[in-house]
Amino acid sequence: MRRFLRTGHDPARERLKRDLFQFNKTVEHGFPHQPSALGYSPSLRILAIGTRSGAVKLYGAPGVEFMGLHRENNAVMQIHFLPGQCELVTLLDDNSLHLWSLKVKGGVSELQEEESFILRGPPGAAPSATQITEILPHSSRELLYLGTESGSVFVVQLPGFRTLDDRTISSDSVLQWLPEEARHRRVFEMVEALQEHPRDPNQILIGYSRGLVVVWDLQGSRVLYHFLSSQQLENASWQRDGSLIVTCHSDGSHCQWSVCSDSRSPEPLRSSIPYGPFPCKAITKIFWLTTRQGLPFTIFQGGMPRASYGDRHCISVVHNGQQTAFDFTSRVIDFTVLSEADPAAAFDDPYALVVLAEEELVVIDLQTAGWPQVQLPYLASLHCSAITCSHHVSNIPLKLWERVIAAGSRQNLHFSTMEWPIDGGTSLAPPPPQRDLLLTGHEDGTVRFWDASGVCLRLLYKLSTVKVFLTDTDPNENLSAQGEDEWPPLRKVGSFDPYSDDPRLGIQKIFLCKYSGYLAVAGTAGQVLVLELNDEAAEHAVEQAEADLLQDQEGYRWKGHERLAARPGPVCFEAGFQPFVLVQCQPPAVVTSLALHSEWRLVAFGTSHGFGLFDHQQRRQVFVKCTLHPSDQLALEGPLSRVKSLKKSLRQSFRRMRRSRVSGHKRRPGGPMGEAQAQAVSTKAERTGLQNMELAPVQRKIEARSAEDSFTGFVRTLYFADTYLRDSSRHCPSLWAGTNGGTVYAFSLRVPPAERRMDELVRAEQAKEIQLMHRAPVVGILVLDGHSVPLPEPLEVAHDLSKSPDMQGSHQLLVVSEEQFKVFTLPKVSAKLKLKLTALEGSRVRRVGVAHFGSCRAEDYGEHHLAVLTNLGDIQVVSMPLLKPQVRYSCIRREDVSGIASCVFTRYGQGFYLISPSEFERFSLSTKWLVEPRCLVDSTKTKNYNRPSNGNGTGPKRTSGQVRNSRSQSDSEEKKPGPVMEHALLNDESGVLKEIQSTLEGDRGSYSHRRSHRVAVGCSLGNGEGGS
Amino acid sequence: MNRGHRHGLSSGCLGTMEVKSKFGAEFRRFSLERSKPGKFEEFYGLLQHVHKIPNVDVLVGYADIHGDLLPINNDDNYHKAVSTASPLLRIFIQKKEEADYSAFGTDTLIRKKNVLSHVLRPDNHRKKPHIVISMPQDFRPVSSIIDVDILPETHRRVRLYKYGTEKPLGFYIRDGSSVRVTPHGLEKVPGIFISRLVPGGLAQSTGLLAVNDEVLEVNGIEVSGKSLDQVTDMMIANSRNLIITVRPANQRNNVVRNSRTSGSSSQSTDNSLLGYPQQVEASFEPEDQDSDEEDIVIEDSGEPRQIPRATPEAQSLESLTQIELSFESGQNGFSPPQDSSLDTELETRAQGQKLLEEDGTIITLAGRNEVLTP
Repeated sequence: MRRFLRTGHDPARERLKRDLFQFNKTVEHGFPHQPSALGYSPSLRILAIGTRSGAVKLYGAPGVEFMGLHRENNAVMQIHFLPGQCELVTLLDDNSLHLWSLKVKGGVSELQEEESFILRGPPGAAPSATQITEILPHSSRELLYLGTESGSVFVVQLPGFRTLDDRTISSDSVLQWLPEEARHRRVFEMVEALQEHPRDPNQILIGYSRGLVVVWDLQGSRVLYHFLSSQQLENASWQRDGSLIVTCHSDGSHCQWSVCSDSRSPEPLRSSIPYGPFPCKAITKIFWLTTRQGLPFTIFQGGMPRASYGDRHCISVVHNGQQTAFDFTSRVIDFTVLSEADPAAAFDDPYALVVLAEEELVVIDLQTAGWPQVQLPYLASLHCSAITCSHHVSNIPLKLWERVIAAGSRQNLHFSTMEWPIDGGTSLAPPPPQRDLLLTGHEDGTVRFWDASGVCLRLLYKLSTVKVFLTDTDPNENLSAQGEDEWPPLRKVGSFDPYSDDPRLGIQKIFLCKYSGYLAVAGTAGQVLVLELNDEAAEHAVEQAEADLLQDQEGYRWKGHERLAARPGPVCFEAGFQPFVLVQCQPPAVVTSLALHSEWRLVAFGTSHGFGLFDHQQRRQVFVKCTLHPSDQLALEGPLSRVKSLKKSLRQSFRRMRRSRVSGHKRRPGGPMGEAQAQAVSTKAERTGLQNMELAPVQRKIEARSAEDSFTGFVRTLYFADTYLRDSSRHCPSLWAGTNGGTVYAFSLRVPPAERRMDELVRAEQAKEIQLMHRAPVVGILVLDGHSVPLPEPLEVAHDLSKSPDMQGSHQLLVVSEEQFKVFTLPKVSAKLKLKLTALEGSRVRRVGVAHFGSCRAEDYGEHHLAVLTNLGDIQVVSMPLLKPQVRYSCIRREDVSGIASCVFTRYGQGFYLISPSEFERFSLSTKWLVEPRCLVDSTKTKNYNRPSNGNGTGPKRTSGQVRNSRSQSDSEEKKPGPVMEHALLNDESGVLKEIQSTLEGDRGSYSHRRSHRVAVGCSLGNGEGGS
Repeated sequence: MNRGHRHGLSSGCLGTMEVKSKFGAEFRRFSLERSKPGKFEEFYGLLQHVHKIPNVDVLVGYADIHGDLLPINNDDNYHKAVSTASPLLRIFIQKKEEADYSAFGTDTLIRKKNVLSHVLRPDNHRKKPHIVISMPQDFRPVSSIIDVDILPETHRRVRLYKYGTEKPLGFYIRDGSSVRVTPHGLEKVPGIFISRLVPGGLAQSTGLLAVNDEVLEVNGIEVSGKSLDQVTDMMIANSRNLIITVRPANQRNNVVRNSRTSGSSSQSTDNSLLGYPQQVEASFEPEDQDSDEEDIVIEDSGEPRQIPRATPEAQSLESLTQIELSFESGQNGFSPPQDSSLDTELETRAQGQKLLEEDGTIITLAGRNEVLTP
């Protein structure tokens, strides 16, 4: 193998490379950014979400996911499934219609765009004549009725989108059937509602915005009934038997109209303003659903009293004397009610309310008293509080996995026990090969544990560190329930909560030991918590310590934020990870690096001032080391001293936000044409970029880095290793630290043996200090054993999960800086090999991780290499130990700074990065480890599958109050509903925050007079050192 | 580089080589095994022996194919001299104490015939005999024009030696556009330009770079297609030994070569540009420039030392002893030991054809077209 690596273009090596590496973006986890449309197919039981950037995403049973992208980068306005078919029609904001279908290819279904269509009116007609407002796919499966702004309803034949001009229902033809008294007003204008009669396919309801509703006979081309409301019409719907029409209006009222041949009365049967009598906002959509028990469900959107609750985003459910206004934290895009799918059934029997809000999807169980929320198995809002960092742990031992799930299930007792109701399609993907955890740190001080093993990113457990600290807000405040007599009966639902109580609580670094269950978490105000997994709730005090990283340095004043005040006395912690040690760095600068060694019971942490080592067994500090250069005022003063550029950067970030909204084209292209389109877009962007440059030339200073640059002491990486630090005869524990100024410190440690662990002190002594002359930030340190294999993680060998490292041969030290990879010998440090990445191609290392690449051919063959993400968004694999570049793929747009900053690699050649505040893109560099959706949706099969449940009319199968048991859940993950999350954040604001923070931290070193985009310093995500 | 290679091959067929050595007014003739020239020390001893001046410190020079007087003072330039001499190696020996250092350099042999300069220079020496101007290798070069022989005349490859100096590099670059000749006619293409020189900076003090010069390459890597940020990062990554190829905005001061018939107009540049990147890549293997970049390690809070290059052979020991360096000298100002480490670097890797490649580069930078500032 070595021989192959050395030679540049060895054909055998090239072949082997093909067996080892391939690049795929496999699946997008999380909630779609800027959703704009919702669709649901009752027969397929599949949900569709369209976005402002032209993406269509389909979701069925967990694991069943499809994604399509319109060639046009236009917002999706409406999505309609064709009844009983694997086809859907989308309407974009450029008034084009697109037909998509799920076709089975090679055993799996694929979503493809079949054809597109733009409605052409008669020559000379106004553009509004063909501006589509409503779409009705007819149950005949051949016709689409298109309501337009002009009031005409066009008929289009499918497939082929052939306009049937002779069948157009123009407002004139409707007018001639109206009696005299209805004609005197201008009743037409745009079509607001278009509904097929639930029993008679020959009748359709047409609602016009001025308040006129007609029932049109398709065969006789005549108006059967007409209803005239005094208010502007917003929407209308049929009762299931077709005997009643419900309309909703702009004044917040809804009316019922009886449909029978003799009633010619213009008056509604019943009319009410649910949140009157004061002026109310419009009810924009209404459902009237019958039940077997007799009392119907009325579900409507909006209608809140304008003055006091006009800013709320509410959906009200009224049934059997109960009324609840579900109050969403973000705008409601659309909603639908899941009910009996068989059109022949007598009652609707609604069982779930599905609401697509701007920032999250909420599903409410309508069959259980109290209408609880249903846990989401996918589409989780990752950004319910802004993500500040992420950490991936591969191959979790089953025991830890079960304990985390058990802890999580206790947090989810308030959720409905209903099985996930959207369960169309079959996932054919093989079960995940191993259990992977993705941990996300959030701005509100929480850490979320996600099941990242498969296609669905599921929340397993949420850890909050807030309890350890005294914060301004009373935790009970949020729990105050609405009183019984409150009107309107608002109830907050969803987890999106962008407002953080205290930005200092933000999580910056996470380190989990999967064998011991020890977790270290570090935050914005220099707080480092060590936590232990406990299956029981417990009340105990958290040991507190302060680490003075400035030591003897005097005369400096920290101008940044205060450190957090720890809550004195015992604190009650729920089952799960419970903190037992709190170390607070002084000055309380953001923690920039963290390492935990669970075998030695040591935790190391670093900030922009230095680093420290803490013995969490004996609860005492081992040492601190100040890395600060005496002249580095900026690091000392803290981030707030650089506020001078805040105003400018704010303006810039707003501008950038606007720009990114316009050209939010960062998704996988849907097909070959899409690719060309994307390319055209990017070249266009480049060209405009070039023009901008010529208008205002930016210049860059060329200057060598010097020791006096700012933030050279910023500790970027910490690493524990058992290696030959001093001499080649004895290996010993060691701690390595790398700084922004290209310095590597090595400390030899003396850890007492287990039996005397509590009696003797851990000792540390500085053994080496290496100054890289190119002075680039050190982003990774690694020790390779005698076989050039990275040393195993702590406890890995003890758990028989790794071969013990080779301690015979000589060890090597691999130092990765932003510019170079270097291998040194140990214990005598001499340079062995190097790869000068930046000097060669001008790219800098942003993220680096060790990954094991298995061969797709030979079962047991694999190699350890470095996975590297550069500031240009390229991903490269660099071989170990010879540092030969293996492959390179472009992955993230280079302008997408937050995407690049958020990237995290797994141990098996996969990775995640944020494509929006709420979505992780999952990618794979490995041929062997590839998690992607493979699923089958079959219209005929699904229908058969649904029929039996139609007979008894109970809708979906109900689980009989089954408790979400950890074991059963991990056994049958497929069918179990996943958990939901709690807080969140308006993504625009989070974007701004991130921008500000990264601006603050970006100005490191003299050379980084970067123009608009900022280099995210620190391995943290986005706000490496924010905290203001 | 390539030049050395070529000559090495062409002279390989000849077994021996004639040497004509001049010391004062005396000439000695002898022959050398071309394939086994031996070390400089041995050659030096041989010269002392044939001229019967065993205890006299002398300076050795030779006339290269262009007629320039170039020094021989180490193995590299000795080998270079041997490999390029055809058919005769002409050696000039001067006593060290009365040496005319200014004689070395480009056009020196030709200039000697210029009576004025010949007469004036010794005068200067006699007036200030206590000032000894040392050999070029004793200077720390701050910049040089290199690879004149392989570049189009409209281009200039400038090497800035940042190490050991407190001077900032001191220049800025910007985006811009330049006009290129393409098969489709003139075309405007994006380019990177020098936008500003900091007064007193290294870039300005060399006089070799100017505002609006277009940057074509950084350490042998073409910048076309790279963003301003990328080029910035590349320059900073190479800042300790930065080699920039520019197309000067002012084309009047171009170096005109002796060997080639000059007169190729600036218009032809763009066509010739297309041809040479491959050559350039060969000359700028990244390893070739590592010499200036030794990291420093402090062991057990002891003295800082430069990190040697690990080699499987026993040479590593030798190199270790040679580059012992105190922290101070590495940090501020003038640091002769770093030059010796440069040599060490070459020694340790003097294996096979690698040497020949480096050979060419070293000769160009040590001997030719030097711009020296003490």
